[in-house]
Amino acid sequence: MILLLQGVAWLLDPANWADSATPGLLSQLLGQLGITLASIVVAVVVAVPLGVLIGHTGRGRLVAIVASNAARALPTLGLFSVVVIALTLDPQWLAPVIPLALLGIPPLLAGTYAGIEAVDGQVVDAARAMGMTEWQVLLRVEIPLGAPLIVGGLRAAVLQTVATATLASFYGFTTIGNSILLGPDSNQYIPMIGGSLLVTVLALAIDGLFALLQRSSAPRGVSRGARRTTNAARGRFITSPAGTPISRGN
Amino acid sequence: MDWVWSHAGDLWSLVLTHVGLSVPPIVLGFVISVPLGYWASRSAAARAVLLTLGNVLYTIPSLAFILLVPVVLGFALLDAKNVLVALTVYAIAIMVRSAADAFASVSASVRESAVAQGFSPAQRFLRVELPLAGPVLLAGVRVVSVSTVSLATIGSLAGIDSLGNLFTDGFQRDFAVEIITGIVLVLALAAVFDVVLSLVGRLLLPWSRRTGRGRVRRSAPAAASVSEQVA
Repeated sequence: MILLLQGVAWLLDPANWADSATPGLLSQLLGQLGITLASIVVAVVVAVPLGVLIGHTGRGRLVAIVASNAARALPTLGLFSVVVIALTLDPQWLAPVIPLALLGIPPLLAGTYAGIEAVDGQVVDAARAMGMTEWQVLLRVEIPLGAPLIVGGLRAAVLQTVATATLASFYGFTTIGNSILLGPDSNQYIPMIGGSLLVTVLALAIDGLFALLQRSSAPRGVSRGARRTTNAARGRFITSPAGTPISRGN
Repeated sequence: MDWVWSHAGDLWSLVLTHVGLSVPPIVLGFVISVPLGYWASRSAAARAVLLTLGNVLYTIPSLAFILLVPVVLGFALLDAKNVLVALTVYAIAIMVRSAADAFASVSASVRESAVAQGFSPAQRFLRVELPLAGPVLLAGVRVVSVSTVSLATIGSLAGIDSLGNLFTDGFQRDFAVEIITGIVLVLALAAVFDVVLSLVGRLLLPWSRRTGRGRVRRSAPAAASVSEQVA
């Protein structure tokens, strides 16, 4: 327990946040967030349109299910290792982005298509009957009503990515993992504890932020929209404790 | 492939180590989660507290978790127990929700009939509620099993032996064959665990196949879909 307090003290010491011979905590934190953001952008660009398409047309659902199950079994560390040594990438920061984006895609895809699919068919028919085009149905009915689940998928993807980004430091990229891996590598326990605490706090803070975002993403006038769609979505996915589809890789 | 055959002995012992690292969390996670899930299904307050706690614990990044366990519990840094504890906590975090849903899926009229027939609370739990919750519990364990097998590899970064050693070692030696062998072995092990669990399920829950999936799906959507997906 004393070690834990020393870890906290180490975290609060500004000297550890500044760069010295090695990147300081601030650089590590920014590195972690940068890698996370880049990976999430890639995952969103791939998964959201695909999920919307699957949810809207009802086709390709099996592919999405198989993909998200396979991702659950795929060990991140292995994926990371193989991408970093098998591909010579330019610019270099793409190396951690590829495995992390691959991990972020399944929960995001699942959340998106489940969100779209969970929209009441009668509502969609009503929108069509009112003369909306397919695009209007999609953009003004299905996506807003499915938003809480889509944000839920984003939440799962971001959490997983930000946690897993820690591993990138094993491959030479600057993340909070720099501090954490000092423990097993060179018996520096205090930075290890401080770094572990920091990445834990970071994950919890981001999760809290997304919990709020998820709640406010339901369109006005839709009472308990999130809850109803979550139940509907459970028909196809085992959900994580956060209520979003599980696929953990970190 | 030559490398794989010439190292078959080492690979096999890593597989066994990995099995030793992932089986206890799956079993313990199940045993601990069933009573907790039952409690959560009977009390809204318990449900809120347990599921929120599970959510928070599940959010802790695994490498940090594995390295904080020895600090909090006083184990040695290179003790496999650190990984066992972390994986067990994750297993519980997933499984409690599954178990709560499983027991909630038992229809109230069935439970009331059992009470009316004179079943004691213990009999009702063991002979009515537990078997009826079985398919959803099984689906939950299968999810836990797959993610535990995959997650156990992180232990290698913390110096705990597992199939993850092939990833770290393969990376340091710039040797893709070793890494890919590791990935294949992890996926194969996860598949073997899944087959074993589904066979156990068939033995223990023979009726869940006979009465058809339609019923199971309606009362417990998650169960049917996962067993279909993974099978």
